[in-house]
Amino acid sequence: MSKWIQLAILAALIAILPVFFPSGYYYRIGALVFVNGIAVLGLVILIGFAGQISLGHAGFAGIGAYACALAPEQFGLHPALALLLGAVLSAGIAALIGRPILRLKGYYLAVATLGFGILVAMTIQNERALTGGPDGMAVEELGLRDLLRDLGWRVSGGEFWYGVCGIALLIGAWIALNLRDSPTGRAMRALHGSEIASRTLGIDVARQKLVAFVISAVFASVSGSLLALQNRYITPDVAGFMHSIELVTMAVLGGAGSVMGGIFGAAILTLLPQVLTVLADYEQVVLGVIMVTVMIFMPQGLLPSIARRLRRTRK
Amino acid sequence: MDAFLQFVFSGLTVGAVYALVALGFTIIYNASDVVNFAQGEFVMLGGMITWFAHDAGLPLWAAALIAIALTSLVGVALNKLAIEPARGAPVISIIIITIGASILIQGAAQLVFDKQIHRYPAFSGDAPIEVMGATILPQSIWVILGALAVFVALWLFFTRTLMGKAVLATANNRLAAQLVGIDTGGIMTLSFALSAAIGALAGVLVTPITLVSYDVGVALALKGFAGAMLGGMGNPKGALVGGLVLGLLEALTAGYLSSQYKDAVAFIVILGVLFVMPQGLFGKTAAERV
Amino acid sequence: MSLLDVSGLGITFGGLKAVDDVSFAVPAGEIVSVIGPNGAGKTTLFNMISGVYLPGRGTVHLNGVEVTGQTPDKLAPMGLARTFQNLQIFHEMSVLDNAVAGFHLRERGSVWADLLGLPSVRRRATFARDGAMKLLERVRLGDLAEEEAGNLSYGQLKRLEIARALAVDPKILLLDEPAAGCNAVETEEIDALIAELAGEGIAILLVEHDMKLVMKISNHVVVLDQGRKIAEGPPEQVSQNPEVIAAYLGADGEEALHAEG
Repeated sequence: MSKWIQLAILAALIAILPVFFPSGYYYRIGALVFVNGIAVLGLVILIGFAGQISLGHAGFAGIGAYACALAPEQFGLHPALALLLGAVLSAGIAALIGRPILRLKGYYLAVATLGFGILVAMTIQNERALTGGPDGMAVEELGLRDLLRDLGWRVSGGEFWYGVCGIALLIGAWIALNLRDSPTGRAMRALHGSEIASRTLGIDVARQKLVAFVISAVFASVSGSLLALQNRYITPDVAGFMHSIELVTMAVLGGAGSVMGGIFGAAILTLLPQVLTVLADYEQVVLGVIMVTVMIFMPQGLLPSIARRLRRTRK
Repeated sequence: MDAFLQFVFSGLTVGAVYALVALGFTIIYNASDVVNFAQGEFVMLGGMITWFAHDAGLPLWAAALIAIALTSLVGVALNKLAIEPARGAPVISIIIITIGASILIQGAAQLVFDKQIHRYPAFSGDAPIEVMGATILPQSIWVILGALAVFVALWLFFTRTLMGKAVLATANNRLAAQLVGIDTGGIMTLSFALSAAIGALAGVLVTPITLVSYDVGVALALKGFAGAMLGGMGNPKGALVGGLVLGLLEALTAGYLSSQYKDAVAFIVILGVLFVMPQGLFGKTAAERV
Repeated sequence: MSLLDVSGLGITFGGLKAVDDVSFAVPAGEIVSVIGPNGAGKTTLFNMISGVYLPGRGTVHLNGVEVTGQTPDKLAPMGLARTFQNLQIFHEMSVLDNAVAGFHLRERGSVWADLLGLPSVRRRATFARDGAMKLLERVRLGDLAEEEAGNLSYGQLKRLEIARALAVDPKILLLDEPAAGCNAVETEEIDALIAELAGEGIAILLVEHDMKLVMKISNHVVVLDQGRKIAEGPPEQVSQNPEVIAAYLGADGEEALHAEG
C-alpha cells in the first residue's frame, strides 16, 4: 500500500472515531493510544527496520517526560520548548551510548539496553529533591488550549489532547513511512537481513544502527513528553522496565516490520487493559496468554499476519 | 573491618540467590539458546508453594519438596506449551514469549494463592551467628551452601554423567546430537525441569529472609540475567561468579556509597563489562562464518 | 599494474594456518579462478581480500593502493564487490529492494532528507531503481522484481547476489561459487554472464567447484591446497601440472580436469 493511502486511512480513523465515543473519557484513551503509538513507531524503526533490540526505551520516554516537568519549573522554559529540549537530550544520550551498546548483539544488546533503562528510572526515582521520587511530580500546563480559547475555539481537555496527539502520531507515521522506503531505511533493513552483505555494499553498519537508535530515542522522548503534558503529572513508571516491555510488545505484537502494524499493536495493547478490567483478577493471565499465543502463531505480528491471510484467501 | 565483613555476608547471601537464578538461565540457554525471562517466577513459585503447603499443615521439608516438584512441572509445561512451539523464532519473539509466560505465571499465582506478602520460619532458627565481629543468619548459610551445592552437583552432572554430556552435546550442536541418537526433545524437557527446580530451591531457601509475594520474580529475573551476562552467557562457572559478584557489589555499594543506588551500580558494572568485553567475563568469541 | 594484487597473504585460526603465504594478481578484464579441495582455504582467502577477516600476514593492493585489513564498507567505494558461498540475501525485502540496496553508495544522501521525504530522495531513488531494474533484467530476474526475495529458488538467489554486487559498480568482483547448486542451463548462463562482465573490463576473481566452468572461462588459475598455493598458470597448463593432479586432485580430478578434452 502506498504511503499516502496508509496515512489517509490513519487520518480518517483518527478523525472519525470520536463519532462513536460514548463519553469524553474515551478521548483520553484515544490520546493514550496515540502517545504509545509514537513511541512504538520509534521501535518499529529500531526493531522492525534495523533489527536491533531495546528493552530500555522507556528510559528515553522518561527523559522526555521529566524534561517537560523539570525544565519549566527549574528554568522557566516553555513546556513546548521543554519537549524539544527533551528530544535533543534523548538524541544526544542515544548517540553517546549507542556506539558501544550497538556493538552488542542479541541477548547482550537486550541486557545493555535494559540496564540503561533501569539506570534512568532509578535516577528519577532516587533524586527526590528534584523529581519528587516515586510519588512523581506535577507538570505545567502547555497553554496552547488557552490560546485556542482566546481565538474563539473552545475544546475540552480530552478533545484537545486527542487532537494534538493524533496529529503528532500522523507526523510520526509520515516520517517512519518516508524512512522505510528511503536509502537510509533500505540500508537499515538490509543490515537487518545480513550485516556482512550490507557491509560489502558499502553500508556503514555501525552508523546506520546508531541513526536508527537516535531516531527511535527521539520518538520515545516525544511520546513521554506528550504523556506528561497531557496528564499534567508524571511518575517514574514512565521510565520503568515494564513500560519498556510494554512498548516492545506493542511493536512486535502488532508487527514490528510495518508502520501500521506497530500502531495497531499500540492500539490493541492500550485498549486491552481497559477491556480486561471486567475480568478483574484474570487480567494478567489473559494478557500473558495473548502475548505467548500471538508470538507462537503469528511471529510476524498481528497486522502483517492478518494481511497475509487476507491476500491468500483473495488469491 | 567487621562492617565490611557484614556487607560481604549479606552480599554473598543475595549473590547466592542471583547465582542460582543465573544457573537456571544458563541451563536453559545452553539447551535451547533461549533466555527465559520467566526464570524469576520459578523462585517466586518455590517460596509461594512452600508457604502455602506449610500453612496447610505440612512439615517444612515436605512443603519444600512439593514446591520444587510442582515448579519443575511448571518448567516442563512452559517448555512444551510456549518454547518448543516457537523453535527458531527470533530473539525478540522469544523475549516476548517468556515475558508473557512470566506475566501469566504471576497472574495465576495471584489467583491460586493471594496478593499478600508471606514468610515461613527459618530452617535453623533466627539466632544470628557471630563470625569475626560480624553476624550472619543461619538461613544465609543455608542459601550460600545451597548455591554451592547446586553448582557442584551441576558440575558433576555435566562432566561425569552420560546424561549431562548429552545435554552439553545438544547445546553444542542440536542436529549432530540427534544424529548420534540423543533424544534432544527429552534433553529440553530435562533442562527446563532442572532449571525450574533450581529456581524453586532458591525460593525455598531465601524466603525466610526476603519474604515472598506473587510479584518478586521480575526483579530476580533481571538480576539473575545480569549476573549470567556478567559471567558470560551459557557458562555455569560464569553464572556462579557473576551472581556472587553482583550480590557483593550491591551490598558493598549499599554499605559504603548509597543504598538507593545499589541496583544502579550493578547495571553500571554490567554496561562497563559489556563495553570492554562484549562476550562477558568468561564468554568465548566466535568467528563469524560466511 | 594489476587491479588486485595479493602478496604473501596468510591467517591462522587456533594454531592452524588456514591460508599461508598466498600471492597472485588479477588484471582488469581478466578472470582468475581459485581452485582447490574443500578446506583448502579458498573462502578464507576471499574473506581476507574482501575485508571480512583481518589478515595475519601479507598485503592486499587495490589499484595500487594498499587496502590490507580495510573493512568491507571501505572497500566497496574503492570498487570491490563480492558474493557469498552460503547466500547472504536480505530475505524479507523484495528482489528489487535487494538490488537497490546495492546502489547504497550512489543513492544515499542526508538522513534529514530521507526522514522528511524531500524531492531529492525521490530523484536518487528513481536513479537507483532504474539501475537495479536493468541489472535484474540482465540476470533474468526482471519478472520477479516485486517478489519477496525469500520466495526465490536457490539458483535465482545466486543470480540476485551477482546483480546486487554489480550494483556497487565494481572494478573487481569476487564470486564465491556462483554456479553451486545451479542446473546445467543456469550454469551456462552464469558462465556467459561472467565472460561478458570481464569483457566490460571488470576484473573477476572466482572460486568455483565446477571444473568445466573454470577451465572454460578462466584466463588464469590459482591452485590452493591446505592453505598454500601449489600451482598457478593458464588453465591448460595447470590441468597438466602433475603436482596438481597427483597432490590433490587424484584420479577423479584428472578426469574432471580433462573433461573438456
